[in-house]
Amino acid sequence: MDAEAAKLIGAGLAAIGAGMAAIGVGNVFGSFLESALRNPAAADGQQGRLFIGFAAAELLGLLAFVVAMILLFVV
Amino acid sequence: MAAESGKIDPMHQFEVTPLGGGFNLGGHEVFFTNSALWMVIAAVVLGLFMWGGMRRQLIPGRWQVAVESFTGFISNMMTANIGTEGRKYTPYVFSLFMFILFCNLLGMLPLGVLGVHPFTVTSHIAITGVLALLSFSIVLVVGFWRHGLHFFSLFVPHGTPLPMIPFIAVIEFISFMIRPFSLGLRLFVAMTAGHVLLKVLSGFVINGFNADNLVIGSVVSVLSFTLMIGISALELLVAGIQAYVFALLTSLYINDAVNLH
Repeated sequence: MDAEAAKLIGAGLAAIGAGMAAIGVGNVFGSFLESALRNPAAADGQQGRLFIGFAAAELLGLLAFVVAMILLFVV
Repeated sequence: MAAESGKIDPMHQFEVTPLGGGFNLGGHEVFFTNSALWMVIAAVVLGLFMWGGMRRQLIPGRWQVAVESFTGFISNMMTANIGTEGRKYTPYVFSLFMFILFCNLLGMLPLGVLGVHPFTVTSHIAITGVLALLSFSIVLVVGFWRHGLHFFSLFVPHGTPLPMIPFIAVIEFISFMIRPFSLGLRLFVAMTAGHVLLKVLSGFVINGFNADNLVIGSVVSVLSFTLMIGISALELLVAGIQAYVFALLTSLYINDAVNLH
């Protein structure tokens, strides 16, 4: 396989990571909403933890993006 | 014409270009770049925003309410995460939050229609990395200042069984050292990704209008443009969330240094 083609395929495969992070972020907010509706009084106190979970899940998707960008523009 | 070859160049917007001549400083050419210009603009706009709201009126006007809601937001966050000790660090975290927020938002301004291209300062790891290192150094300085060598107990959580201590300590140490990296990287990549996406979509709009097949071309253009409006709104949300996440994580890291755990 041509090295250039392999690079593009690799960048495309890295997009799977971004999709997986989308599932993760959706899971974080979905679970939060589910439990927030059960006990709305406690929801506001957990907003900090919500965003910590969001940040952790999102970071992994962003890392996949970095891999794609490095493959496309740096290597 | 960007559309001649149909080639979209999404990375061009992140180019740092010098404005005017530079001067020599110890063998290095020092330039005033567009990045520096937009940092100055962000600082000036932020200064004006704060100055307009610091009149300390008994019955606050709209502007003062806007500024006070920002200060109250950060001050509440610090008290909730650190406790009363956290008030000392509120000015730092507040400046960090507002500067990142204003840089993010100024980079989103659609000034390109006027021919002025806004530069997103936070889309460079050189900037976000320095901000992250600043937070990390504050954590180290405060931690060692307050607790001395006892600060190392951060790496051994309470109640760890004795045989597990070497493994846990290594993992905790790695997760501690990776903090400035992940903190800077998150902001930088989130801003870069959003701007690349917007640029690619705007390339679709232009390419669609220049296409040979007018029907398919205009369908592509209109769809891409609609998507661009939605993505722009999402990017405004991301700009706020990333600034908030940066401030929130900084406050949590400072909490580790102040209270250990």
